[in-house]
Parts: sequence; structure tokens; C-alpha cells
Amino acid sequence: MTRRPLLGRLRAWHLAAGAALLAVLAAGSLFVGVGDLTPAGLLHGRPEDLRVLVESRLPRLLAVVLAGTAMSVAGLVMMHITGNRFVSPSTAGTSESASFGVLLATLLAGGEAVFVKMAVAVAFALLGTFFFMWILRRLTFRDMILVPLVGIMFGGVIGAATTFLAYRADLLQSLGAWTSGDFSGVLRGRYELLWIAGAVTVLGYLYADRFTVAGMGRSFAVNLGVRYDRVVNTGLVLTGVITAVVVVTVGEIPFVSLIVPNLVTLALGDNLRHALPATALAGALFVLLCDVAGRVVRFPYEIPVSTVVGVVGSVVFLGLLLRGRRTGLR
Amino acid sequence: MIEIKDVTKRYGDTAVVDGVSLTIAPGGVTSIIGANGAGKSTLLSVVSRLTPADGGTVTVDGMDVATTPGDRLARRLAVLRQDNHMSVRLTVRELVAFGRFPHSGGRLTAADHELVDEAIDYFELGDLADRHLDQLSGGQRQRAYVAMVLCQDTDYVLLDEPLNNLDMRHSVQMMRRLRRMADDYGKTVVMVVHDINFASCHSDTIVAMKRGSVIARGTTAEMMTPEVLNAVYDLDIDVHEIGGRRIGVYFS
Repeated sequence: MTRRPLLGRLRAWHLAAGAALLAVLAAGSLFVGVGDLTPAGLLHGRPEDLRVLVESRLPRLLAVVLAGTAMSVAGLVMMHITGNRFVSPSTAGTSESASFGVLLATLLAGGEAVFVKMAVAVAFALLGTFFFMWILRRLTFRDMILVPLVGIMFGGVIGAATTFLAYRADLLQSLGAWTSGDFSGVLRGRYELLWIAGAVTVLGYLYADRFTVAGMGRSFAVNLGVRYDRVVNTGLVLTGVITAVVVVTVGEIPFVSLIVPNLVTLALGDNLRHALPATALAGALFVLLCDVAGRVVRFPYEIPVSTVVGVVGSVVFLGLLLRGRRTGLR
Repeated sequence: MIEIKDVTKRYGDTAVVDGVSLTIAPGGVTSIIGANGAGKSTLLSVVSRLTPADGGTVTVDGMDVATTPGDRLARRLAVLRQDNHMSVRLTVRELVAFGRFPHSGGRLTAADHELVDEAIDYFELGDLADRHLDQLSGGQRQRAYVAMVLCQDTDYVLLDEPLNNLDMRHSVQMMRRLRRMADDYGKTVVMVVHDINFASCHSDTIVAMKRGSVIARGTTAEMMTPEVLNAVYDLDIDVHEIGGRRIGVYFS
């Protein structure tokens, strides 16, 4: 008997069901929090409730969905253009480089200039990623595990430099804001940059087929008339921008860009035309679930989303690694 | 017509392909034979723009492969290398359908789907069409790759060791299919082949390479002689005529 892929072909109704689930969860999440907000209050048009919704809950929901979607898609694209399913913005030094950029911008331009911070973070995220790719091209081994390990080490070095600099400049406390992602500070007017990440994600969908072809490797890509280097660079810029924007607005969220695309492609295969929308949806769902869990577990206090994701993510990642070892890491 | 003019490719100090000039007329099947390291694969890579040449030019119907836009070439020339490791998990059907990418981008027309189905059927991949490539055997995967390249439906098809991993029956089927592409559709097939008898039975022209140079070329009858083969392989090879085919015997 032929063994079929886990879910077989992705059908429109799979995505629709996922979207419906996300909608229900999203609506529910609006009523989780310390501030007074109830469905009844909203129905009666209580101004207090409306204010909480518009100023805090809705922005937070949008931020969660945008960040989850964008980070997951960034990871998916990166694993294709590097040909390694464990290479993602969090294992290639991209996030750490972005954090370093935010710190430098804060040191040089003060804490207020958001656009300056973002621009510098994007620049450093790209610099870090391209440097990692430069290392990658010079590595003689292509081991599925060793390559991301090199990326993690590279990220560790940059993270250490960032911490050192922050310590000397007495900015360790602010540093925590970018290195541990948290949605609790999201208010209207403080998350809108994430729409940029959302827009870049949509652009990524337009490139889906070319990313898949690039994932086949250089020879196949050239044979099919795809400009391999250009597609790879486009993908790197896309991941760099998304990562930097997320780091600047809510901080680093570990593992999302690694485990969500891995789980989705495990079920659906690597054809991005199908896998990309599913990854976007799954990323939003995953981060939303983690954020709500963080809000509920110690109510009325909050656990940062990066902590919740870290706990869940490390377990899933370990599972993926062990599974990879069993199936010969193809 | 493929015109190779004075092409050189060096790795370090060694010229793997050393000033090769060769013209391959349109139509027919051309086999490139030679010992390991003779430069066959490198020459094929240069011709198909996968590897840049260090010197010389290659034109395909007048288009310089080094400067013609990749997508334009991809509609005229298809290539499959020998070592194909693919880390992306695609189903056989998805892979074969990507052969239509140069023609229709991501949006396949009804005609595209027909070509995809036809290629899948011909290579007996129907039962495997929805399986992922990493669930196939080496030979099945090779058939899927070739199906994709043929689905590209180009005038020129360049194949490096298309019989890799294939059993006898699938090898013969593959060669018949390539033969039919030349005879019925006027395609030009150029391939690197290790088995001289497959080359003898299915090609019109044989090109022999040794140490980076073309040392002989001719019709199959001209090339399948003990003298030529001995010079190419440094091995005593008897040539017998069996059923109207020239067969080289070199096993003992």
C-alpha cells in the first residue's frame, strides 16, 4: 500500500476551518485580561469597554496575529532558501543581530525615534544574515544539525556583545524589552509597524513558487530559468525585515520561526503555494494560544509570550530533532 | 544547433575541459562517452549554463548561454545533472508540474496538466504521483526527475547519466522514450552515458572524450569499433554484431 502524506492535498476547506478556528480564538482572546471588558458591556455600548477594546485588546490581538504570521513565514522562506529545515531567523543570528541594531540605535539616537530604531535593526538583521550565509557558503559540511548549530553560536556571540554593550551603557533593563518578546505593552499607536511585516509576508506569497524552486537547489532552479541568487537574496531581505520589525515592536519570540514551518511542512510537504498560507495561519494560531495561555496561567499577572513559546517550542523542537534522527534527516 | 567553441574549464591548475570545440546538429540522439574524469559532465554543465566556462563560448540556436536570460533558455533547453539531492519534500506530481514553470509560471493550463499526466504515465509513476520524493527508491526518484525535465518540453534535452539507479527494464524504457523524442518530435537529446552498449543501440552520434578533450566523434557505426573504444577507455573491447546492433564486450 502506498503511504500517503499525512494530510494529503491541502484543500480550501482545511484553510477555511483553520481560519474559523483562529477567528473564534481571536474573538475569545479579546475578553481575557485585567481590564473590565465583557461581551455584554460591548453590546450595551459601554464607553469604558469600547475604550479597552480599541486601545488595548484589539491592538494586542492584531500584533499577535501579525507577528505570529510573519515570523512563521520568515522561517519557512529561510529554510527553503538555505536548504536546511533547521535554519531560521532564530538559528542564523538574524534576531540577535536585529537586537544589536536596536541597542545601537537607542545608544545613538535615544529611545524615542521608532523609525530610526527599525531602520537600524533592519540593516543589522540583514548584515547578520548575509554574514551567516557567507559562513554557510564556506562551510565544507552540510550537516542538517551542524549548520544551524553554527548559526546559534554566531547568534550567541552577537548576543554576548549586545549584553556587554548594554551593561556598559546601563541599558540592560531596556535590552530585556527586545530580547524577550512580550505583547503586554502593546497599545494602539505602539504596534502599527507590524503591518510592514504583514505586507512583506504577502509579498512573500507572490514569490512562493520561486522560493520552492530555489529550495530544489541551484541546478534545478537554473534549469527552470529562475534567477537563483536573486531569489535567495530576496528571501533573505524578506526574513531580515520581518525579524527586525518584530524585534523592535514586541521583542524576540524564540522557536516560532523554527517549529511552525517544520510542523506544517511535515504534514503538507514543501510546496510553498500550499505550505505558505497554512504556515501563516498556524503561526497566528500558535502565538495566539501561547499569548492567551500566558495571560491566564497566573491571572491577574502575565507570563511573557516568549517564555511560554520557549517552553512549548523547546519540547516540540526536541521532538522534531529526534524524529529527524529516526528518518535520516531528509 | 549547439555550437561549442574552444570551451575551457579549470579547477585549480587542471583543465577539466580543455579547449573543446564541437557542433551538435539539431535532431537526433548524441551520446558522450569516456572514462571517469574525462570532462563529460563538466562539458554538459557548461553547455547548460550550470557552470560558467573559463574560456570559450557556447551558443544554442545562436543564443549565448552565458548571457541569454535564464527563463528564455529554460524554454529551449532542459538539463538534468547526475547527483540530484533535493531537500524539499514535494510529491512526484508537484515536481513534474514544476517542469512547466518556465512556460506558465505557477499557473498551469489544461494543456500543462495534460503534459504532466502524460509524463507521469509514461514513466509508470501513476501510483506514486502523490508520494513525497523522500519516500521513493533511487530509481523511482530518477524517473521522476527525468519526467520533470521532459515535461519542460524543450527543443534541447541534456541528461547526465539518465540511467542512474534504473533497473534494466526502466533503462530500456528510458532510452526508447529519448529515442522517440528525437524521432517523433524532432528534439535534440544529448546525454552522458556510461554503458557503451546503450549508447550504441540508441544514439545517432557518439562523442568520445578523454582527459578534457574530444578525441573522436562519429556515427555509431564509426565509433563502435575495437580501435576507437580501446583508445577511449584504455581497455581491450571486442565488438560483436548481435541482431544488427554493435555490442562491446569487455566484462572479462
